[in-house]
Amino acid sequence: MSELLKDPMVLREILLDHYEYPHNHKLTDNPAFKEAHMSSESCIDDIRVQAKITDGIIEDVRFDGRACTISTASTSMMTDLVKGKTIAEAKEIMNNYFAMIDGREFDENMLEEAVALQGVSKQANRIKCATIGWHGLEKLIAESEEENDGK
Amino acid sequence: MLDVNTIRKDFPMLDGKLMSGHPLVYLDNSATTFKPNAVINAINDFYHNYTSNIHRGEYELSQKADTAYDSVRKIVGGFINCDEKEVVFTAGATNGLNIVAYSYGLANLKAGDEILITLAEHASNVLPWFDVAKKTGAVIRYIDLDEEGRLTPAALEKAMTEKVRIVAFAAVTNVLGYIADVKELCRIAHEYGAVTVVDAAQSAAHIHTDVKDWDCDFMAFSSHKMCGPSGVGVLYGKKALLDAMEPFTYGGGSNARFEKDGTVILKETPEKFESGTPDMEGVIGLGAALRYISEVGMENISAHEKALRDYFMNKIADYDNVEVYNPNGDTGIIAFNVKNIFAQDAASYIGSQGIAVRSGNHCAKLLHNVIGVTETIRASFYFYNTFEDADRLAEAIKTCTIENCIGIFF
Repeated sequence: MSELLKDPMVLREILLDHYEYPHNHKLTDNPAFKEAHMSSESCIDDIRVQAKITDGIIEDVRFDGRACTISTASTSMMTDLVKGKTIAEAKEIMNNYFAMIDGREFDENMLEEAVALQGVSKQANRIKCATIGWHGLEKLIAESEEENDGK
Repeated sequence: MLDVNTIRKDFPMLDGKLMSGHPLVYLDNSATTFKPNAVINAINDFYHNYTSNIHRGEYELSQKADTAYDSVRKIVGGFINCDEKEVVFTAGATNGLNIVAYSYGLANLKAGDEILITLAEHASNVLPWFDVAKKTGAVIRYIDLDEEGRLTPAALEKAMTEKVRIVAFAAVTNVLGYIADVKELCRIAHEYGAVTVVDAAQSAAHIHTDVKDWDCDFMAFSSHKMCGPSGVGVLYGKKALLDAMEPFTYGGGSNARFEKDGTVILKETPEKFESGTPDMEGVIGLGAALRYISEVGMENISAHEKALRDYFMNKIADYDNVEVYNPNGDTGIIAFNVKNIFAQDAASYIGSQGIAVRSGNHCAKLLHNVIGVTETIRASFYFYNTFEDADRLAEAIKTCTIENCIGIFF
């Protein structure tokens, strides 16, 4: 892992940057995308995550909505990490991310810039913020798998 | 004038605790309040010295519990100015409002009847009415709030029709903290023969309650928002209304006898509403809380909260990073946002400075129609808060930048 990703000042900048200029932050009407509306985990955050999953590959993923710094930045980072990955790869990234947020052992190399969110594991009341977008992706992956099982 | 420093010695939660490494400043009193030793000791006394079930034992312990429990009805009656027979013990204001909706509303409303509420109500004074409206075919209508978000008698007058059967509103609203003119609102509703339901969850601890003077038909409040234990509250209802109502729950304690053919003879009001072993220590704790608050004095409490609010508003008057949604509020509730920062981010930063405030929509999910934002930060003062507490909050707001909000995670 890059030494830079161990410097709190750098991580703070990364987090701020993902909040102020979130990546893949635009929804689409394209019917090839499936959408997860994540609004019931808390009464505050309300975001939509969209993904285009074809033949087990996450070709594109997007999001938008009302969200705090942590929800926005964590979802932005998620889109960067899983775009172009297979479902199996995305699941491994996701498991590592959830492990980090739960304060368990995880592989830093899998998470790249998302290690900036490690500190959330010490703030129980913000864990929902750090996972809402990821749970949206989890839902979309599960739906995609169910569809393929039916085929 | 209150001697706040002496008062603070009564509260174990105010004995110098730290939060996030800073001396704790508790400004979430609209959510729940700290408990004085008088309340803690009263509950402990029940556990240590006379635990037993009330109203069932022919022995001294149970009689002691009976006396302690029953005496609280009289204390409540004195506190809100009603007969003790009009005091129903509940699990809290939510439970009390639900009893009114389901025991009274469901039985008395029919299709086309109107229920008037406001956009500033807490979920517990909205959702039971939504459900009862759905079940009876009654219609929910909203009384207009003025540009500040206040409920005025003039607006109620405008909203009233012959079809209105119920007018339900908060005596003090839970986000903006405005005091309603309950007496005048009840008078207007009664001119049309409507029944009034007052949500006193945010008022009972902060302003004087007088159900006789208000002439309200029902009123509900919670113990935990007024220095008492959680899980207990009071529903007041006019005796004739309560007498005519069927209970919302059935079980032991509320009936005198029943037969296999289905005959049930209920006890009298208020016992018929209190099925099952009640929260005995909770009720006893509530009694101690009401006694404590009465000793402090409701006028003193209201005045101190207002003084803290005025001091704080003056303090932040020249801050350009804060927007207050109730600058002319009547109570210790301040609803605000730090400009350009999501409420939850700002509240987390403020929390990291040792100051407990709340962020979100505070269960008033229709209020955004009035104030234009869905989330706010709510700071709520109580009589044990100090001017230094207000200074600490002001300082945290001053230093609340997006960089600092993110900084708490590193």
